[in-house]
Amino acid sequence: MTLGRVIEILEAEVVVDAIDREMEIRSICSSDLMSDLLHFSSRPKSILITGLNNTQAIRTAEIADIKGIVFVLDKRPDKETVRMAREKGIPLMVTRLSRFTACGRLYAAGLGSCTGEDR
Amino acid sequence: MTRRNIEGSFHLSGGDFTNAGAASSELKSILTNLGINPEIVRRAAIATFEAEMNVIIHAVAGVMYYLITQDTIKVVLNDMGPGIPDIDRAMTEGYSTAPDWIREMGWGAGMGLPNMKKNSDRFKLDSVVGEGTTVEIIIRIKEGKTE
Ligand SMILES: Nc1ncnc2c1ncn2[C@@H]1O[C@H](COP(=O)(O)OP(=O)(O)O)[C@@H](O)[C@H]1O
Ligand SMILES: [Mg+2]
Repeated sequence: MTLGRVIEILEAEVVVDAIDREMEIRSICSSDLMSDLLHFSSRPKSILITGLNNTQAIRTAEIADIKGIVFVLDKRPDKETVRMAREKGIPLMVTRLSRFTACGRLYAAGLGSCTGEDR
Repeated sequence: MTRRNIEGSFHLSGGDFTNAGAASSELKSILTNLGINPEIVRRAAIATFEAEMNVIIHAVAGVMYYLITQDTIKVVLNDMGPGIPDIDRAMTEGYSTAPDWIREMGWGAGMGLPNMKKNSDRFKLDSVVGEGTTVEIIIRIKEGKTE
């Protein structure tokens, strides 16, 4: 599905916009602990759903080729985090939903886990 | 296409979360610009990022040295720090001595060393308690993917 569709499903607010909202998203990864994400996220074109709204999430996305980040529970990234995301070209979104519900909605809409363990 | 060996190093400061990950990010760009297969670049980036973060989190200071040859990426991280008393235990998934405030920063899952090993073709960990730790990561660049 497109990033634009992800934004709609999560009723998310865009903080750092993507160059292209038509960009394809194929899978989801989700954790508040970065090494848990780095253990998998081997599938390309994935989006990160996390409660960790700091620069470490941006670095992790950059290192693991994650295409965008959605912060849950209305957790807004600070200025430095926004600045780094812009510099690295990583779109940032904020949703009021919980991590469970955000992942659940996307899963129900057809996105699988970046771990490749489900579908 | 043949290319010369490329080498360099980065200085790492323990506790410096502002620049945490900057060295691995730069190394990743270097590898990407060399035209190395993205999957191999990603494995190298993940392994070095975890190793770099361990220096930031657990040690006082360190150096990350890299050597890129025609067929391998070698990264060595040498730190001054507390060292690791029980390496087998440290290598266990989920084992971490990181305090809670580190977990609030997103680290301390106890998956770093297993992730380094998983993404390396060769992985070596040496440590002397009270002195420091050395991590060596070697990743092969597959034939024909580098031109
Ligand atoms: N460079 C290091 N210096 C000292 N201790 C280390 C170092 N790297 C790892 N350790 C020890 O090994 C444990 C496991 O490391 P790791 O798997 O990366 O998990 P984490 O960093 O999340 O705690 C750490 O909690 C720490 O006790
Ligand atoms: Mg670690």
